[in-house]
Amino acid sequence: MLDLIWLIPVLPLAGAMINLVFGRKLGDPRAGWVATTATATSFLVTVLAYFEMLGLPAEERSHIVNLFSWIRVGALQVDLAVLADPLSIVMALFVTGISTLIHLYAIGYMHGDAKFSKFFLYLNLFVFSMLMLVLGENLLVTFLGWEGVGACSYFLISFWHTRNSAAVAGKKAFVTNRIGDFGVMTAMFLAFHSLGTLSYGAINESARSGALAQVTATAIGLLLFVGACGKSAQLPLYLWLPDAMEGPTPVSALIHAATMVTSGVFLMTRMSPILHASYEWAPTVIAVVGAATALYAATVAVAQNDIKKVLAYSTVSQLGYMFLAVGSGAYVAAIFHMVTHAFFKALLFLGSGSVIHGMHHEQDMRRMGALRKVMPVTAFTFIIGWLAIAGVPPFAGFWSKDEILLYVYANNRGLYVVGLITALLTAFYMTRQVIMVFYGKANWNDHSAEHGAHGDITPHESPKVMLAPLVVLSLLSIVGGAMQLPFGENFNFLERWLAPVVEESEAHIYETWAYQNKYLLLVVAIVIAIVGIAASVAVYSKSWLKVVEPKVLEQAWYYDAAASRLIAGPGAAGFNLLAWIDTNIVDGIVNGVGSVIRRVASSLRRAQNGFVRAYALLISLGAVVVLAWFLLRGALL
Amino acid sequence: MISANTEVLNFPILTMLVILPVIGSIVVALLGKSRPEWMKLSALISSVTTAALSLWLLGVFKSGEAGFQFVSQHEWIRQWGISWHLGVDGISLFLVVLTGILFPLVIVGIDPHHDETSYFAWMLLLQAGVMGSFLSLDLFLFFVMFEIVLVPMYFLIAGWGYDQRIYAALKFFLYTMAGSAFMLVGIIATVVLAHRDLGVVTFDLVKIAEGANFSTTAGRWLFLSFAIAFAVKVPLFPFHTWLPDAHTQAPTGGSVILAGVLLKMGTYGFLRFGVYLFPQAAMWARPAIFTLAVIGIIYGAIAATMQRDLKRLVAYSSVAHLGFIVLGTFALSSQAVTGAVMQMVNHGVSTGALFLLVGMIYERRHTREIAELRGIQHVAPIFAGVFTVVMLSSVGLPGLNGFVGEFLILIGSFGPARWWTVVATVGVVLAALYLLWAYQRVFHGEPDEANSSFKEITIREGLLMSVFVAIIVVSGIYPKPILDRIEPSVAALISHVEGQTK
Repeated sequence: MLDLIWLIPVLPLAGAMINLVFGRKLGDPRAGWVATTATATSFLVTVLAYFEMLGLPAEERSHIVNLFSWIRVGALQVDLAVLADPLSIVMALFVTGISTLIHLYAIGYMHGDAKFSKFFLYLNLFVFSMLMLVLGENLLVTFLGWEGVGACSYFLISFWHTRNSAAVAGKKAFVTNRIGDFGVMTAMFLAFHSLGTLSYGAINESARSGALAQVTATAIGLLLFVGACGKSAQLPLYLWLPDAMEGPTPVSALIHAATMVTSGVFLMTRMSPILHASYEWAPTVIAVVGAATALYAATVAVAQNDIKKVLAYSTVSQLGYMFLAVGSGAYVAAIFHMVTHAFFKALLFLGSGSVIHGMHHEQDMRRMGALRKVMPVTAFTFIIGWLAIAGVPPFAGFWSKDEILLYVYANNRGLYVVGLITALLTAFYMTRQVIMVFYGKANWNDHSAEHGAHGDITPHESPKVMLAPLVVLSLLSIVGGAMQLPFGENFNFLERWLAPVVEESEAHIYETWAYQNKYLLLVVAIVIAIVGIAASVAVYSKSWLKVVEPKVLEQAWYYDAAASRLIAGPGAAGFNLLAWIDTNIVDGIVNGVGSVIRRVASSLRRAQNGFVRAYALLISLGAVVVLAWFLLRGALL
Repeated sequence: MISANTEVLNFPILTMLVILPVIGSIVVALLGKSRPEWMKLSALISSVTTAALSLWLLGVFKSGEAGFQFVSQHEWIRQWGISWHLGVDGISLFLVVLTGILFPLVIVGIDPHHDETSYFAWMLLLQAGVMGSFLSLDLFLFFVMFEIVLVPMYFLIAGWGYDQRIYAALKFFLYTMAGSAFMLVGIIATVVLAHRDLGVVTFDLVKIAEGANFSTTAGRWLFLSFAIAFAVKVPLFPFHTWLPDAHTQAPTGGSVILAGVLLKMGTYGFLRFGVYLFPQAAMWARPAIFTLAVIGIIYGAIAATMQRDLKRLVAYSSVAHLGFIVLGTFALSSQAVTGAVMQMVNHGVSTGALFLLVGMIYERRHTREIAELRGIQHVAPIFAGVFTVVMLSSVGLPGLNGFVGEFLILIGSFGPARWWTVVATVGVVLAALYLLWAYQRVFHGEPDEANSSFKEITIREGLLMSVFVAIIVVSGIYPKPILDRIEPSVAALISHVEGQTK
């Protein structure tokens, strides 16, 4: 089975090809079923591969399948090869699994869309790229997937491209990601230049053995982190992600919450020996950026009124948490949180999509409320997602967040405090969202609201094909924590599974105060979650406290506005200046020289135009004569 | 060492590649008035046969060999040591094939609208000149071919171009001509100086390169004389300003050929003549050339971003792309030079395709102003899809051809030209900016009245573009057959340079 792991990415690719050729003929909903089947089969293959790998001893759990040689010139020998190891199989499992559920959901959500089959073509193409990214045996194959997911993200964000905001958001996402790609590319150049290879195995081996200079390791690690900041929406490059919500909601769930945006965390984990071999301050940089992003985005999420924007900033914040983990040497915890986050955030996004669907494309939470009565299944599953992300035991998010906080405490107490505040804010804004959407007063049949042309709307529950994925994801959000529980050797399954990949780079915290008092930290985390929830209930449900949502938070600290102004103002002016210089100075000199010569020439004798024509004709005639002469000689010889 | 492959086919395939278009051109010119219906057919037959020959050449070309193959050498002017000396190696092979297939596509795919006879005659003569330039191994022959090319291109721009065609054609002609004047002097000086080392007067490229030993100063002056001609042709910043005018004013067919193969005569010239003949001087000039190339990358990209005319935008993007190629050429590592050679072909394919698509937009809308276009994807999704693939190839998306060349250039240049490469990589970011922004304005949004009747791609256009899309996808996923043919010749050239500069 492990020899067939190339099927995992190829199956969705085949689905995409089928929809490329026959999509229009298949139509709605069959095109969707084709795509879903392709992804489901891919999931099945991954599960089989997983079980086969489970049967192998830990040190043999690494299998490379070489498909064909891709770019081979001189010392650079890069093959299109896929690697099955514990890390890539975990990634492939949750990517294919969640993709299947979201494909299924999208059959219902996209029903009736004029470009139904094209949507599934892009979606399959995305899954293919994402799987190349995680299964790549070397940096270049990962980069193939990395850019592929970026392109698919671009297509899907601007899927409703007649809407200008969607078109702008798509472009913004691609270009911002490219800034990050600058880091990935230069990291590859540096790795090849110093090691002569781009293969993960060889690079990590030389990092482990100490063959790689510390300064080079640091540079490679931080350059890759620049790429991660782009793809995984960290400060200062996160700007594209909130705008990416312009895409259809299944896209937000799949690409901009569960899978693509975690690529940066994956890449850091894949290259963890490089970070381990770096200067000590390098991982600290990552942890600080992660913590800053986590806190920053959480403060912004508190003041958002668009149901998807809350979740978008929440995603940025949770990704910051994962980088906080990476920077603290908690790779297992990072992957753990990535997986549980994929469960509950996909659930929340799909739930919000169900709400939007039922509310006839209304996204403003101020016009919702009391929806639990008309959308019981959506409400129930959304509430499970809320409990999971808020950090309430025994739901999945609690365990993974706690694991991260444990490592962060051991590493840096200042960052631990930032992590706690973020956790508090997370519980607060998610409770706010649940109250605004599902509880309180129903604001959707309120005539006084400036609803304009829409008039009254009658919310309704979504079809079964959309609800089924919600139910599955809510189950996963309940039990997902079981893969890694803090109760000792027998419960840390994920840690043992990932050990061959990250064991050496993982921080060792068993001797620390934090680890010895881990149950105390557990209690602190629970208290924090409860305080956050209680505060939110006090403000939004009971109105005991005044609502505080300053405009500066709603506007995300004006960072996006400032960046836009910088680009539209001095940026565009600078670009225009260069274009002006080109036309008027660089070309001006050329034309100046030209006209001087022309004047001299015409004062000498003929009109310039006739001169050139005569010259041109002379050359062509000469050439013809020369050629004819040659031909004659050739015939004679 | 580069040595002539002694094995010569009985059939003079390279000579035929040059002569056939000439014959076609003459036949077209003769038939034009009396039998217009035969005229078009003979243009077609001539170009398709040339394409078939070039593909056959690709088939029989021996992969893994460094030297020149299918060498054809006949004495021409004995007392001056000038000969009809043609040969093909990995560096020129794909440029020859590209020249072979691009012309019939242009001839079949684009209508000149008026004066068909002279249009096709000039086209075919142009093809002969370009073929000759890529195949010549004799300095004199190369110069003749290099110059011949100017004439048909001048008439194509001036005769079938847009509003300011005369100005643009003149500028193109005079600028390039001025550059070549330096090269002519350089060629003669090279032959004279090489005479001392070789004992004979010869214009033979291989003999001079392998046998002559120029003094440091002489080598530098000679290199510069060639370099000016090629820098204008490429064009390298700051010699690029003829290009946007020529491209914008040229008819679509002219632009496709100009971007597709004509500019490559500059980059190819640098490699085949500049670096091969004067390795020491080339190494000496490297920092300056790297700098100009990298300026071109960033400068071209920024200028492209701010263009209001779609065709001008593509023209400036060429300045940026050619900057990458020059950077790779002079980095002189096997990855960088192989990447540069492949990128010459890639740029020809993707930019040629972009010019075709812009031409199709102009045919429909009679404007190329970005501000006049809107929402085309909504009314012509297939057209937009083709444009997207070509655009992503130009942006350098992995999995498509543009990435392979660009990546090889950059990773190969990182060693010899680290900081230049880092700056050049910024150009990769900018490429996404100018193309995606243009795409957003032209294809996205709600189409207004003028654009809502934009016609979907026709079958003829679709077939034409499918050739480009196929090359873009296949050589992006599986570039091995291409790289395997380029690399040995590049390796030989690099070891020649290393041998001379030790």
